[in-house]
Amino acid sequence: MRCHVSRSGYRGDENLKKLMSGNAALGEAAVLSGCSCYFGYPITPQNELTEYMAKRMNELGRVFIQSESEIAAINMVLGASVAGARAMTSSSSPGMSLKQEGISYLAADELPAVIVDMVRGGPGMGNISPAQSDYLQATRGGGHGDYKTIVLAPGSVQELTKVVPLAFDLADRYRNPVVILGDGMLGQMMEPVDFDNVQPPKEYPKDYILTGAKGRPSRMIRSLLFDTKEEEEHNWKLVRKYQRMEQNEVRYETFLTDDAEMIVIAYGIGARIAKGAIKRLRQENLKVGMVRPITAWPFPAAVLQEFARTVHEFFVFEMSAGQLIEDVKLALNGRGHIHFYGRPGGIIPTPVELYRIIGRHYYMASRREQS
Amino acid sequence: MTKVYTRPGTIKEAHFHYCPGCGHGIINRLLMEVIEEMGLREKAICVAPAGCGMLVYNYFDIDTLESAHGRGAAVATGIKRVRPDNLVFSYQGDGDLAAIGTAEGFHAANRGESITVIFVNNGVYGMTGGQMAPTTLTDQVTTTTPDGRNPIIAGYPVRICEVFSMLDGTTYLERVTVNKPAAVAKTKKAIKKAFQCQLDGKGFSLVEILSPCPTNWKMGPIESCRWIDDVMTKQFPLGVVKDIK
Repeated sequence: MRCHVSRSGYRGDENLKKLMSGNAALGEAAVLSGCSCYFGYPITPQNELTEYMAKRMNELGRVFIQSESEIAAINMVLGASVAGARAMTSSSSPGMSLKQEGISYLAADELPAVIVDMVRGGPGMGNISPAQSDYLQATRGGGHGDYKTIVLAPGSVQELTKVVPLAFDLADRYRNPVVILGDGMLGQMMEPVDFDNVQPPKEYPKDYILTGAKGRPSRMIRSLLFDTKEEEEHNWKLVRKYQRMEQNEVRYETFLTDDAEMIVIAYGIGARIAKGAIKRLRQENLKVGMVRPITAWPFPAAVLQEFARTVHEFFVFEMSAGQLIEDVKLALNGRGHIHFYGRPGGIIPTPVELYRIIGRHYYMASRREQS
Repeated sequence: MTKVYTRPGTIKEAHFHYCPGCGHGIINRLLMEVIEEMGLREKAICVAPAGCGMLVYNYFDIDTLESAHGRGAAVATGIKRVRPDNLVFSYQGDGDLAAIGTAEGFHAANRGESITVIFVNNGVYGMTGGQMAPTTLTDQVTTTTPDGRNPIIAGYPVRICEVFSMLDGTTYLERVTVNKPAAVAKTKKAIKKAFQCQLDGKGFSLVEILSPCPTNWKMGPIESCRWIDDVMTKQFPLGVVKDIK
């Protein structure tokens, strides 16, 4: 494989893979997906994305604004979305907390948008090293009210090129905000990547956007529903939409599960670490496989339930102190044994460390089976 | 019999929910008159606030979005950057623009966004029941300043037009009121000028309108109108604060 380091961005030479950071690759994938507006505020570890967009969007004559805050950025996204544009913003954990108000409004107003969270250690200021501790914030809505966002959790720079156009497509298809849940490692690390399969998603009819009431009745977009009956009906309408997402949009990957006696559940960069551990475990003939949710919401609960018919041991690994495990527990609903290894924001666990811990649990479980 | 006045075609046939003597009804009507007279119904997009003004979409027969509290200028920025040929304006109260949304308003102004802010200043949070606003006058009694606003504890009334006038991105800023017929006519002219400023692509424009709130001021409608002249305009002097040709 030939690679070259690209400082100035991807230039469409199909014979070469480019060595790019996840942040820059995400930016290029967004550009190729037809993202016409980007709004962002500096925060590490996602700054390369904002900087990439500053350069590329200006080159292409598209909209780029460095906003005064994450709050302003998400509201500019809302405005651009209302006006019919394909809009994106990005941030990292502390900034994502600030965006939650706007995401709640996007969901309530049924407006498409793509929001990137390159998660870092928290709570509070935390630090700038990778973490997965925004999982519950992302998968439970995150802001006020009964709402959901689709949450896509890619695990490599190349996978970003699949996830980004998908995010824009799902946002438009469901008229709902979509969150790309990465982490500091995915954003910062450089990997070979090509954009050969990135196509702009199809255009959906947008009969709700505000363009000025030319030749049609005026439109209003609002989330204030004083009438209690109207408010509840609006909420049920949203719930039905989320149910359709749960039915149709679950995505996951399995790894060495055919003969597995223990199934690891991990996502994003955590799954990458787990894959390294599982390869070592397999060398010692430990039958360990993995289910990697690609959609953290809707969560692949049904596939875990299916595995639970034959597999008894499940191992949850996450770079947070116990968030992903909640979804696994809900999915398995008492079936199987759930083992857990989570490390909160701070030190990044290594594949060797995880290999030792999964191995220990595997032997403990087989001794329990024997006795 | 000759009809001398009629509802502008840009106002829906709905009853205003505003309290008797409130200035919002006049301001709503003026906005829609201007939009009709300037032939902008098919171009206008309004960003409504949280607060008493949020229900303007029940009255304005133009494309309207209700934004979160204070975020109007950021939302209007997003719309305008996508649709530069539209007339985009936000309708914001004093709590909305001068407290929770200061950052969004200030920076939209500083970027010189080609939008118009209609800033309704009545010195109180109206919809929530008359709490202190950033524009509440010194010594003014509100539900959260029961002994009057004490600047030592609660700071001073914010003059948005004067603050924004320091920003290079702003082009036209005027403070007006709607407490008597001549003032209403002046306000209409100011709105027209602000919209024209936007259509000419000059940059950020804002019209601050001192507006009576008899309910929360605990005054009668006529007394409220007098109070604007006698007291409020001393802190918030009327007139053009900035007008770049």
